[in-house]
Amino acid sequence: MNIQNKFTKGISDGLPIGLGYLAISFAFGIMTNVYGMPVYEGCLISLFNLTSAGQLAGLPIIATGGSLVELALTQLLINLRYSLMSVTLGQKFDKSITVIDRLYLAFALTDEVFAVSVGNKARLGKKYLLGLMLLPYIGWFSGTLLGAIAGNILPELLVKALSVAMYAMFIAIIVPVAKTSGAVCATVGISALFSLAFAYIPKLSSVPSGFVIIICALAASLIIAAIAPLKDDVEEVKQNA
Amino acid sequence: MPEYTLTPFEFFIYLAVMAGVTYLLRLLPMLFIRKPIKNRYVRSVLYYMPYAVLTVMSVPAIFYVTDNVFSGIAAAVVAIVLAYFERSLVTVAAGAAATVFICELIAKLIQQ
Repeated sequence: MNIQNKFTKGISDGLPIGLGYLAISFAFGIMTNVYGMPVYEGCLISLFNLTSAGQLAGLPIIATGGSLVELALTQLLINLRYSLMSVTLGQKFDKSITVIDRLYLAFALTDEVFAVSVGNKARLGKKYLLGLMLLPYIGWFSGTLLGAIAGNILPELLVKALSVAMYAMFIAIIVPVAKTSGAVCATVGISALFSLAFAYIPKLSSVPSGFVIIICALAASLIIAAIAPLKDDVEEVKQNA
Repeated sequence: MPEYTLTPFEFFIYLAVMAGVTYLLRLLPMLFIRKPIKNRYVRSVLYYMPYAVLTVMSVPAIFYVTDNVFSGIAAAVVAIVLAYFERSLVTVAAGAAATVFICELIAKLIQQ
């Protein structure tokens, strides 16, 4: 099998991801401002986490002084998918990648970085992977910084408008897949119903936001996975394409 | 939105927990699992999970992030329509934000 280990190739593959992250993390930066978080704290979250859904779910827990257990469990569930990707990516590494290399290569494993990596036919070397991860990381940090600053200086009406951006992006990820997959569509429908129940049924509405995500998302995916398990590797490949 | 009252020290504890969990999820399988995951049910749950998570986070939160529920609902509808026609992330986000901006502007004018 060939080995892909050119830093410049990594950079060019990472560029579109980095630009996309700039926009998503800008929306996250706006949200840190909505929750009244200092600019530098929002930036630190992005510097050390690099995960959109995880960070947005963590934000209200942190901002309201929620429990650390709630925070840890929420991140565990939302980011569990990275573990699956980590298994697959680890097996695409070139032999020259050591345990030490894995310590830092694991850090910037995101959905998009994973998709590009597994789409590559060759075994992947350290230089290529570092190139691939560099611009997404820079984009993620600078977008957060710009968003947090923008939240402070833009007129309030504009900040309010921009605060829907993150949710709109989530919709942009969900809808095209739900359109073509009945099972994903059902997952979305069921989890929306559960989530609405937790929002409007009096006794349930006092459950902290992190636990709502855990309970609803876990229940919905356990149910749909039982009814409509993936047939073979085809669907997994499609997700990562 | 409640006042933000965390001290820097408290924040760093939250940050450490959050970053630690996320990093270990990415690292440990890469270090210790050297064979593909075969279990079909586990793979299926992990395949559906991101869509469930994103849905739970967006519904009904998107309705309430703005000043009035109607602009939130309008933004959600616009986002769904744009996403259905497979517009880019940025286009969908901009469309939803523009919708809120216009709705809130109209609401302000009516109130005056």
